[in-house]
Amino acid sequence: MLDTIILVLDSTFRLSTPLLFACLAGLFSERSGIVDIGLEGKILGSAFAAAAAAYVFQSPWIGLLAGIFVSVLLALIHGYASITQRGNQVVSGVAINFLAAGLTVLLGQAWFSQGGRTPALDSASRFNNIELPFADALADVPVFGPIYANLISGHNILVYASFAAVPLVWWIVFRTRFGLRLRAVGENPSAADTAGLSVTLLRYRATIICGILCGFSGAYLSVAQGAGFIKDMSAGKGFIALAALIFAKWKPVNAMFTCLLFGFLDALAIRLQGQEIPGIGEVPVQVFQALPYVLTVVLLAGFIGRAIPPKASGIPYVKERT
Amino acid sequence: MSKGQLPRWVDFGLLPALNLIAAFIVSGLVVVIIGEDPFEAVKWLVWGALGYGEGIGYTLYYATNFIFTGLAVAVAFHAGLFNIGGEGQAYVGGLGIALACLALDRFIPWWVTFPFAIAGGALFGAAWAFIPAYLQAKRGSHIVITTIMFNFIASALMVYLLSNILIPQGTMSPSTRNFEAGGQLPLLRNVFTSFDFGQSPVNLAFFLALAVCVVVWLLIWHTKLGYEIRSFGKNPDAAAYAGISPVRITIITMLISGGLAGLMGINVVMGEQTRLLLDFAGGAGFVGIAVALMGRGHPIGIILAAMLFGLLYQGGAELAFEIPTISRDMIVVIQALVILFAGALEHMFRPAVVAFFDRFSSDTAEA
Repeated sequence: MLDTIILVLDSTFRLSTPLLFACLAGLFSERSGIVDIGLEGKILGSAFAAAAAAYVFQSPWIGLLAGIFVSVLLALIHGYASITQRGNQVVSGVAINFLAAGLTVLLGQAWFSQGGRTPALDSASRFNNIELPFADALADVPVFGPIYANLISGHNILVYASFAAVPLVWWIVFRTRFGLRLRAVGENPSAADTAGLSVTLLRYRATIICGILCGFSGAYLSVAQGAGFIKDMSAGKGFIALAALIFAKWKPVNAMFTCLLFGFLDALAIRLQGQEIPGIGEVPVQVFQALPYVLTVVLLAGFIGRAIPPKASGIPYVKERT
Repeated sequence: MSKGQLPRWVDFGLLPALNLIAAFIVSGLVVVIIGEDPFEAVKWLVWGALGYGEGIGYTLYYATNFIFTGLAVAVAFHAGLFNIGGEGQAYVGGLGIALACLALDRFIPWWVTFPFAIAGGALFGAAWAFIPAYLQAKRGSHIVITTIMFNFIASALMVYLLSNILIPQGTMSPSTRNFEAGGQLPLLRNVFTSFDFGQSPVNLAFFLALAVCVVVWLLIWHTKLGYEIRSFGKNPDAAAYAGISPVRITIITMLISGGLAGLMGINVVMGEQTRLLLDFAGGAGFVGIAVALMGRGHPIGIILAAMLFGLLYQGGAELAFEIPTISRDMIVVIQALVILFAGALEHMFRPAVVAFFDRFSSDTAEA
């Protein structure tokens, strides 16, 4: 029993990681007042760039950097459209998603000729699992041993990084001057402007941070969890992360728990596929797949608490009317 | 003409054309990056879409899909609502169409099934748009987010229904059984035998799409409801002050929008596939966003934009066949760039064009 629980929780961590990076990414963007439904596209673009660069340079770290670079580039397109050009942020996000979906396969096919995939990565070009100290020695200790050896130890570095990012993001958003200003431009940009802050600059910085974090998410998919890029490998994770962000009410610690919950549902769906649950019978796997979205809609409907977005989100800032 | 304003032909003709040209130039650069000749690519694209009867047939077939989804997005736009859930509504609408066909196809000819299928598609599509509409109107949850969520819920629901309930006994692939003749729309190649449509699946749904364009045009610009929808879209506060109920308009507009998206299945499910398949919408709901933006929300514009995208889809298939390095994903890239330049960066060229026209008009004033 304990083994099964540990197994499910272990895959929960692995499945939550890309969601968590993307969710924190969206948090920066939306807190600054930029709605970002292009998380999905940035994850996908980064996954492709990371896998391609990791293959060419035989290094996961160069892959990660390339992933971040591409993701930030896409974020800057979104930033230019929504901050400088004051375009519709949803439309721009949709464009980013399509751009990434098309370009990754097109370039992948042109460069590697494997039907849009990148060549499989060997273990030297991937982020491998790390054994924490004493994991083997402690494995025989009852209860704690298996938890430490199988659940806490044995993930790749990006899994640990994503969870370490949570307190860091919390500290940046709620305890630094930058965080205060970030929240200010998201709630009331004209007040922030009157106080002498540049709304444009702050929002650009937020979108760039968003790009960096999405870069981590994408690189995780293709050079840590997977071993190469596959067409459409983000498979809606950007949208689940967006749902998680709303579910978490735009707060970092909530975001972590929500991503763990959604990751858990995913892990459970895989585990329970084709199995009977006592008293209920077989639950179709689609129920688990739809559950994150259903939960988010229910939350948005205000039946379990209220999700109130940053006040100025989605509204382009016009300094003065002429 | 006062300073800073533009003549109508510039606003509705020149500026969209500039945006489109920008999108195509960047697309051309992408082709150059992957090491092919963009002019060669354009040649194959246009030939593949318009060069022969079958190509034209396919172009019209794809355009039919995009007219439905483009109208769906456009109607919602008129009320200031962003319906990003056309994909899910089209998918669920297909279920309504399939149910009508499955129930009736063995007993009555297609033209009796047709109105039931239309009603089924519109009803199911509208029903799928209802909950997001209600939540937006009554509980203030943002329609963009809820319709995105509903796309995913629709996809999960349809996979379940197709692979567990609608699948005929003894088969493995998740789809319904084939409709009999009573559930099949006539193909244009069998109707207009004098024109060579080859093996293309363009069918009577094309004329339904054109008819729906007229209906939408009448609705938006020549009825009280259309006036209310447009007023609400322009200024919700003023509309509410004038006695237009925001809840009513939001819900009705989204029902119409969802119903229009739901009709897309008439073309694919009843016209081409003659059965309900997994993922038959294939992204047409999202193309509708690009079509509505490019067509500026007007049925004529939407028909033109849908034709352009139909041309890209069919030409893109031909192009991928002739130049294998340029796969069909090139179309997705072009689509993305059109959405980016015609949608999000819509005003990028405006200041320059305004400055140009200002200088031009002041010159003539002095002369």
